[in-house]
Formats: sequence, structure tokens, C-alpha cells
Amino acid sequence: MDTRKITTVVNGVTYEREVETRRTLGDFLRHELELTGTHYGCEHGVCGACTVLLDGRTARSCLTLAAQVDGHEIRTVESLARADGTLDELQTAFRECHALQCGFCTPGMLMTLTELLGETDDPSEEEIREAITGNLCRCTGYQPIVAAALLAARRLREAKAGASIQHKE
Amino acid sequence: MDVSDIRPATLTDDGRYIGKRVMRTEDDKLLKGQGAYVDDLHLPGMLHGAALRSPHAHARIVSIDTAAARALKGVHAVYTHADLPAPAQARVPSMLPNPAIRLDRGQELLASRETTFAGEAVAFVVAESRYIAEDACALIEVEYEPLPVSADCRKALEPGAPLCHSDAKDNIAAQVDVGFGDIAAAFDGAAHVVEETYWQNRGSAHSMETRGYVAEFHPASGQLTVWSSGQAPHHEKKNLATLLDWDPERLRVIMNDVGGGFGPKLPFYPEEGLVAVAAVDLKRPVKWIEDRREYFLTTTQERDQWWTIAVALEADGRIRGVRLSMIHDNGAFLPWGMITPYISITTTPGPYVIPAMAADLKVVFTNKGATSPVRGAGRPQAVFAMERILDKAARTLGMDRAELRRRNLIQPEQMPYDVGFIYRDGKPLKYDSGDYPACQQAALDHADYAGFAHRKAQARAQGRFLGIGLASFVEGTGMGPFEGATVRVQRNGRIAVLTGATPQGQGHKTTFAQIAAEQLHVQLEQVDVITGDTSGISMGVGTFASRITVNAGNSVYLAAQIVRQKLIKLAAFMLKCDETEITLGAGAASMLSNPDRRMGYGELAHISQGMPGFSFPEGFTGGLEETHYFTPSQSTYCNGTAVVELEIDRDTGQIKILDYVMAHDSGKLINPLIVDGQVIGSIAHGIGNATLEWMQYDEGAQPITTNFGEYLLPMATDVPNIRIVHLETPSPLNPLGVKGVGEGGTIPAAAAIVSAMEDALSEYGVIFTEAPLVPQRVFEKLKEAGAYEVPVLP
Repeated sequence: MDTRKITTVVNGVTYEREVETRRTLGDFLRHELELTGTHYGCEHGVCGACTVLLDGRTARSCLTLAAQVDGHEIRTVESLARADGTLDELQTAFRECHALQCGFCTPGMLMTLTELLGETDDPSEEEIREAITGNLCRCTGYQPIVAAALLAARRLREAKAGASIQHKE
Repeated sequence: MDVSDIRPATLTDDGRYIGKRVMRTEDDKLLKGQGAYVDDLHLPGMLHGAALRSPHAHARIVSIDTAAARALKGVHAVYTHADLPAPAQARVPSMLPNPAIRLDRGQELLASRETTFAGEAVAFVVAESRYIAEDACALIEVEYEPLPVSADCRKALEPGAPLCHSDAKDNIAAQVDVGFGDIAAAFDGAAHVVEETYWQNRGSAHSMETRGYVAEFHPASGQLTVWSSGQAPHHEKKNLATLLDWDPERLRVIMNDVGGGFGPKLPFYPEEGLVAVAAVDLKRPVKWIEDRREYFLTTTQERDQWWTIAVALEADGRIRGVRLSMIHDNGAFLPWGMITPYISITTTPGPYVIPAMAADLKVVFTNKGATSPVRGAGRPQAVFAMERILDKAARTLGMDRAELRRRNLIQPEQMPYDVGFIYRDGKPLKYDSGDYPACQQAALDHADYAGFAHRKAQARAQGRFLGIGLASFVEGTGMGPFEGATVRVQRNGRIAVLTGATPQGQGHKTTFAQIAAEQLHVQLEQVDVITGDTSGISMGVGTFASRITVNAGNSVYLAAQIVRQKLIKLAAFMLKCDETEITLGAGAASMLSNPDRRMGYGELAHISQGMPGFSFPEGFTGGLEETHYFTPSQSTYCNGTAVVELEIDRDTGQIKILDYVMAHDSGKLINPLIVDGQVIGSIAHGIGNATLEWMQYDEGAQPITTNFGEYLLPMATDVPNIRIVHLETPSPLNPLGVKGVGEGGTIPAAAAIVSAMEDALSEYGVIFTEAPLVPQRVFEKLKEAGAYEVPVLP
């Protein structure tokens, strides 16, 4: 069994582990670190359920080997909620808009949209739809997900505007 | 159009929950990545299974050599058919016997003598990890003798055709002739007869979570526990008890979070039996998780049907009769009887008055993966055939498509309407309620059907091709015989609701909590709903056929009413007052005349569960709990009309849906937020069926679309914003007045979309008779019609 020693930061926690070289990042996260929020839907890089942020950029954890993330930083769905356990803006909007049903694709959707909302604070409906073409959902028909992303973006903009007004005062 | 049809949830604080857009109680943990899907389960000492599968569509197994696999480090066991205990060598038991079935063949857990589809398991390896188990599979040597293949369901009916099962006398699994009225007279005296043949190809449900099972055996108690990603825990328990010859009282099936189902997680599959056998044998927990390729190969599919349908009409467009013959490709096995094609036949009349009908159905075995209901369950095919032939009739009569349909709709005053068939529940197919003309009109109005001709002409002048299509359906939902629920006031004052029905995303926990909270005057957050656990309630049928809110929902409603009466009775006894003096609210029972005299639900529950020195009022039985199994007298019928406007690119055959209106009536809505989600999601599924999802096999029955690059699911850019019109005709058949809603969107989608595609290209006279209608087929048809020899604009 060929193994590698890796050091990786997952959701702010540093892990040093000996991993089998063929072990995928998703299997490592799910079955070794027991961070089971990241899901496997196809294991061939199409469905997007396994999407995580690798150094801030979306990556397919089913097509990434654990050995490849040595020295890199990972964020998974478990990192999104606030420290007090409440949902973040995007998660809250998902809940209000009924943007999840079975919840299986949801972690991947959230990570992809987290990346998008970090890049642009006022995405159009088309931009949101384009951004999540790499995330398949079989339950919702996407419309509520798009609505949730628009709602979250608006609230984040309003919060930012409010914060900057306060700052000026 | 924008996404504004999605109205976010609203808060409710008046104690009324039914009919409110209540946020789901399921969501918080799912959004945090804290769901508990079957592959999330990590048990101490757990081993992992992998199956070796036949590469041949049909072959005799000559020999299997597992020695090298068994010798691999980390392998704990390798099973072939011969290694299984005797009861597990039997075929999966028949669940839905029917006199029309000629050969009720279920699958073996592992093939013994021959494999009958590519992907059938021949060996099962259990190892320290899935990685090692798959390594071991590669070391197993199987010698096969390929056999002739039954690949095309029409050719399979010819004399001398290759047999799907070598020991069968032919490939007919089931055969039935049904009808009503005088069909000969209907056609003899007709002003017009139109006929056409339609083909619909199979796809699969592709829940984002695949199948998966974990089994754990406790030798000390003799208890076997199986976790499954399924739809019907009690059904799986029955099969496990049979295949393992196990005491049902020592067998428990649990379904925690399930990542989508849509039908195919309903049948019993070999791998569930295999993990259970292995867990008992090895005395270690065993997990098997399906990968997506295995889902393509082995999880049931649906839609393969060939229809030849003829309609006899009066000169004014009224239907005199319908005659059809249909061939249904069931694949290699009958995991769910002949239910799917039978539903197809009985769905054909739809919302229309049809005085006479004759249908001849043949269910055929082919060497392909088995079929069983997929969201819509045979109905999309029926609606496609019926609505497409009505489009042809409209062309023949020179009549507007909506007008022809309007002239044939069942009128509200004709309700209840006896169609003439016996439905799948064994009861006469009798529509209970609904206003079909109002529903059609609502859809047409919202879609501005009347203004379409102008829009089409304007677009055409710019070189663009716009089309509009419509399709209506009636769907039997809420089928019995029953589903049950236990409602219990716990000693901590919280309300527990237990039901055997397993949700896979439908939001049952919220819906049931809404029903119970309103009856028991508590906040929604005070209700804990426990689903999908055979130890929670003794009987259950399962989540399929849009039946749960009708069956389990009404069970919760009726059980909660009994519990409310018990609360009042016990509180009156304890507070020494008349029952009419008791009022319930905020989790306590208090006296109307003296609100300070009150007892909390928890205190009452404590007393009700028995305390020495406390006696009960007369007629009061122990516990503040009730189990009810609601048993509907027959199915309740929902209905809907879809109107689709789209643009088609003449050069590529690609469509862009410009407007999608769905008017539907599923009775009283418990939670419109959830209902909207069901409607939109099921339409997305139908859009996939219409133009994208095409499970292909070659002439040797080899599957050739086995990943999401080859088999296309709808993406966010393929599904438009849906506009929903709710009509609410309460069902008279159940106390809540509800009907099913989970499949309605899928059912008319392909019919309406293909109709719109044909309409967009009407100037070329191309006729579309298939679904999915993929872009390359549109291109071929246009090329045949000479469309590319004329410029788009003069």
C-alpha cells in the first residue's frame, strides 16, 4: 500500500495524516475526518455534490486525491454556519426559499454559490444559473436555488451598505 | 419573467399551520452538512462490500474462480450464489402478484446459472475497505458462455425470438386486454379516425444519492438491523425476513435521511440481502454503497413503451372511442409486478369523456435492467400518446388544439365520474372531484394562449421559431390500502409523531408536524416526527405513488384528534371539572373559568403512562397516544394542465423554454411552499424526459450511456422559471381533503414540450412521435423534410 504523509487545514483545523495515495479527497474528508457533509453523487466529476473549496476555489473532491491537498487549505459545508450555530445568509435564504428537498446536492450547491457570492455581490439570475451548471439537483428544479442566491446576495449587499454607513458615522 | 414565483416562507404565530408557507423543520441540519444519509454511517469494525457484475447482457455462467480474491489481504469473504444460505438462494419474492402475469420473475441475489442483463451481480466481496473489495473483484475469474439476446421488445414477441430467460417459453411477462363501452360501434360510425405509433424510451430517476445499505448483527440479542436508502422500510423488512428466514421481531429496518428516491428505491434489491447475509455470517457490520455506474446498470428505469393508438371522432371533434395496443419493455425482471404499464393504460382517458375504449397490453422481457415506477409511473407515456393523438386529430379536423380538448373535457357536474376501468387499487376508476375545464382555462389564460399566434408571427418575421403546446392529465393518487401514524404526548411535553412512510425530500416531517401541531395546539417546534423506522410503527406500505400526505397525513390528523380528546378527558379528571371546561393551548390544558388551574402536557403524559396511586377516568386507556391507519375507500384523483411556450433553433434542434405554466389541482394544500417545490421539481424531471434523458442500449442490449456525460440530466440552464396556478378542490374522500402532488408536474411535460416543438416547426410538416426528442432527431426530421433547402427568411 503506497502512502503519503500530508498536512492539510480543513475548516481551520490542521490535520497531519498518513493517507493511501489512491484515496480521494472526498473519501478522506468523509470517512477519515468524518466530515460527512460533503457528498458523493457520481464519482466522475459531473454532479458537483462533492464540491469543496480548495484554497478558496471550488474543486471536485471526488476527482482530487487526498495526497494532492498536502499544504493546502480546504473548506467544506460544515464551515458555513456561524460560530453560534445559526445559519449564514446563503443557508438562511435556502431555507426560506425551499431551495433544498432531499438535501443531498445542497452542500455542493452552497460551496459553489459561496464562491460566486465572494466574487460578485450582485450576480444576475443568468450568472447564478451558469455558476451552478456544474451542480446537479434532481429535486428542486433549480428555481428556488436561484431565488435563494438572489435573496442572499441582496441581504449581503444591504448588510455591507449598512455597515459602511455605520462606519462613516 | 423572473424567479418571483418563489415566495419565501412566512412566519405563523396564530397556532394555525395548515395552508401556511411554513419553513421546513428538516432543513437546518441538512444545510449544515449534518444529515444522516446511509453512507454517513460509521460503525465500529465495519466492513465494505463490492459486487462483481456480468459484462454480458445474457450469458451462461460456466465457472467462477474466487481463490485469488479470497487470498487478497484485507478480504474477509467472497460470496457466489452457491455460498449463500439456502433461503437467500431464492429469488426476490414477488410483491405484486396479478393474474395477468405469466412469469413473475424476480432477481436472484447472485446469479446462479445465467445472467440476464449487463450488470447483474455474480459475486460479492466483503473487505476492510471498498478499495480492497474492488481490487478483489478484479481478481475473480468468471467464464461466461454468451447467449442470444432479447434486446428489442417488439422483436422479442416474434416467433423464435431469442429468449431473455432460457427456461421461459417466450418473452411475454404479462398480457392483458381491457376496455369498456362498444368500441366497434364507436369506430364504425366515426366521422374521423386518426391513428399513430409512438415510442418512448427509458431513462432513470437518478436521485443524487445512489442506493446503499448497512447491516449490523448483534449476536447477544439476535437482532439484525439494516439501514437503507429506500422508500419503504416495512417492505424491505418483509423481504429480508423471507430471504434470511429471520424472526421479524428481531429485525429492524431504518431509513434516516434519504437523498432522493423518485420510485426506483422502492423495489427490493439483491445488495440489501447480501449485506445482511454477510453481516450475520461475519458478525461484523457491512456496508455497500452503489456507485453511479452501478445505478445506471442495476437500479430500475422506466418509460420504454411502444404505443399504437387510434381515436374515433365525431365531425365536431367529440371523441367516440379510443383503441390502443401497447408493448411495454420491462427489462429482465418484474421487481414491481406489471403496475407501471397497467397505470399507463388506465391513465390514457385523462380528463376527457371517452364512451368506449379497448386496450391490449403486452409486457415483455428483454435482457436489460429491470423497470419499475419512476416519477410519473407509466402516466407520462399515456398522456404523451393521448395528447399527441389529439394534436393529430386537431390537425385533421382543422380545429384549434385547445378547443378540441375543451369540447371533450369532463364537466364538474359529472363528478364523481366513472371512467369505466378498474384502477390499480382494485377499485373502479372513479374520479372523485375537480374542475377540469376551469383548470385548462386557467393554464391557457396565464400563458396568454390567445395571444400566441401574434407572438409566433412576430418572431417568425425575425427568423425565429416559436411554438406552444399543451397537455392535461388526471392522476390517481393517495392509493391505499393504508399508511399509519402514531401520535404520542411524551413525558417532556413534546409531541412525537411516528410513521413508517419514509420521506426522500418531500418534507413529510414538516407537513406532519403542521397537522399535529394544529390539532394539539402546540408550536411546530414542539413536534418531533420520526419516519422510516420499522420499530416505530408495526406496519407501513411505503412512500410512492403520491400517497403519503393522503394516507399518513390523514392518519396523523385522526390520531391527533383522539389524543386531543384523551388530553381533555384526563385533564378534566385531574382538575375535577367537566370536559367542556377544559381548553388546550401552549402545551397545557387549563380551565376556561380559572386559567390558573392548569396542567402541562408533560405532567398529563406522565400520569397517563401509569403511576402507582393514580387511577384513570372511566373509559380512559393508558397513554396519551393513538395509532391510526387511515384506509381510503379508493384513490383520489388530482389533475392539471401544462402550457409550454418555447423557441427552437432550427439549425441545431435545441430548445429554449420561454414560458412554462402549470395549473394543477391537488386538493387542499397543507404547505404551499412544499407543494410549489414538488410541482417545480417534477416539471424539471419531465423536461429531462422530453428532450435530454435517453438511456441507450445497443442492439446487443449493452448499455451505452452509463455516466452523466453520456446521459444528460437537466441543468440549471435547462429548466426555466415555472409559473404555477393552484386550484384547490378538496377531495371528498379524506378528512383533510388532500390529494397527491409529487408526480403531477412530470406527467404532462413531455407531451406539452414535444407538442410545442412540433408547433414551432409546423411549416415544415414534421411530426414528432417520440420522447425524449433529442436535438439530433429534430435535425434528422427537418433534414428529411427538406427544411434546410429553404432559407429561414425569404
